[in-house]
Amino acid sequence: MLSFILRRLLIAIPTIILISIFVFALQKFLPGDPILAMAGEERDPETIAFLREKYRLNDPIPLQYLTWVGNALAGDLGISLRTNQPVLELIGEKLPVTIQLATMAMIFAMVIGIPAGILSAVRKGTVIDYAANVIALSGLSIPNFWLGIMLILLLSVKLQLLPASGYVPFADDPLRSIQVMVMPAFVLGTALAATLMRHTRSAMLSVLTSDYVRTARAKGLSERRVILKHAFRNALTPIVTLSALLFGELIAGAVLTEQIFTVPGFGKLIVDAVFNRDYAVVQGIVLVTAVGFIVMNLLADAAYVLLNPRLRS
Amino acid sequence: MAQAATPITIDAESAHDPVLDPVLDRRPENRVWKKFRSHRSAVLGGIIVAFFMGMALAAPLLPIPDPTATDWGAVRQAPSAAHPLGTDEIGRDVLSRLVWGAQASLLAGVISVLIAVCAGVPLGIAAGYFGGWTDAIISRCTEAMLAAPFLILAIALAAFLGPSLTNAMIAIGISATPLFVRLTRGQVLSVAAEDYVDSARAIGLPTRKILGRYIFPNILPPVLVQATLTIATAIIAEASLSFLGLGQQPPAPSWGSMLNTAKNFLNQAPWMALWPGIAIFLVVLGFNLLGDGLRDALDPRDH
Repeated sequence: MLSFILRRLLIAIPTIILISIFVFALQKFLPGDPILAMAGEERDPETIAFLREKYRLNDPIPLQYLTWVGNALAGDLGISLRTNQPVLELIGEKLPVTIQLATMAMIFAMVIGIPAGILSAVRKGTVIDYAANVIALSGLSIPNFWLGIMLILLLSVKLQLLPASGYVPFADDPLRSIQVMVMPAFVLGTALAATLMRHTRSAMLSVLTSDYVRTARAKGLSERRVILKHAFRNALTPIVTLSALLFGELIAGAVLTEQIFTVPGFGKLIVDAVFNRDYAVVQGIVLVTAVGFIVMNLLADAAYVLLNPRLRS
Repeated sequence: MAQAATPITIDAESAHDPVLDPVLDRRPENRVWKKFRSHRSAVLGGIIVAFFMGMALAAPLLPIPDPTATDWGAVRQAPSAAHPLGTDEIGRDVLSRLVWGAQASLLAGVISVLIAVCAGVPLGIAAGYFGGWTDAIISRCTEAMLAAPFLILAIALAAFLGPSLTNAMIAIGISATPLFVRLTRGQVLSVAAEDYVDSARAIGLPTRKILGRYIFPNILPPVLVQATLTIATAIIAEASLSFLGLGQQPPAPSWGSMLNTAKNFLNQAPWMALWPGIAIFLVVLGFNLLGDGLRDALDPRDH
């Protein structure tokens, strides 16, 4: 088990190095010169020269890359051009908001998607199965920003049940915080629920035809017990793995969801940074997300081995 | 709704009894077409896609106003006989913008996937067939690109290239490329292990011929399925980029940017937000249904 994880970690290293090169290159090729932006209106040549020296922009590119990587490893991802805050601090500030949003979305997705998938597999070929599939495919096809707009129109503008935007930190007022976040979390969770439903269904279908399920039935166990104890437990492995892999989709979905509901999170940070040409922040976000994704992948692999006794050798 | 999609007709082909006429049924194209046709939802998907394609192509011929013509006397008007879907914040006809917007969406979906296929498939074949260092380099780069979420990569690239429809297509195309590299590589690995490829190598066929005659045709079906499903993703991605202001630029119509303006007038003109979203939803649903149906029809495992 340990050697397996170590081996996976070793494979992840070249990937992370490549990502860091991509992210660094992104900054080098982005249009506009950040130094000119920093130097202000007058563009005094002396100031520009000083800033170039200060940010070591006169160094050869490979050296600049190494300096940048060294700083990043030490936790220094640069300074936001707009707010003058360290990028890591900025990310650390916004990340909890998105984590709350993503967690609530994931709970929605699991509560809707997994039972729907089980039901659909057990009742394969019936109206229930058909309906669940139609709903799931619709969930995958609906653009989540439009779903958000429609919900705001219905629940905030027409019925005035829920606030259309804003954010209350969970620690300040948990109830209010959840209330504000319900709509964005539902919007973000829709596509995930659909994906989870489809995967649960196919995992359950393949397990339900297996020998040990037939044995369990032959033993005279109740259908409920067969499905939940024997079949579902085995179908759970691919579902857990998938949930970890949906991390990327959650972050990407959060970009639009946060934009619509003006939630001050990670996703809104990247859009604002892109429009303000705040390169250091864009870089920091892409780097942190990519590394986060690799970590989630590793966890998914580890969970897969842990949950699957046949691989635990 | 799937009912309407399957008119019951007895034509020459379906009149063939597969038991009595086994030869006809064994031809792969026939089998695939038959399976696809019996798949109601796939046919429905095909009809939806064909409808929107027709709408996009026929846009210049339809009796609708210029999608960019403003009319300050008819700002944010509710649907009426003159404007069946209402007008927007500067008096443009929403129906006309919707019809013309289909061009941007479908073009973005198809062209960005073409970019991804043309770049991804050759790279995947190279990685899968040649292995070794070629594979190591291509695979590591693919993994690195897959580590950044699709949309975040597309946003970053679109920002770097500058906002325009063409650049959005390129950004989405590049972001989708690793999907096709990974898929093709896996397919090539399994096809290359087949006996007929071994025999082709044994009789000394040049690599180019083995790839063209044996590998490529066999990896095509899953690539086709993935491409259809990715068009759906790409259309949502284009709408998302346009919604953020990184895609089609005004005054040219696009569904994403229509929604971007519409969200500011939810109170006064809710119809502005309704139709572009329904259009995106239907087109994406159409491609998803089509892709699912193709996957079932082309799946060689359950004949």
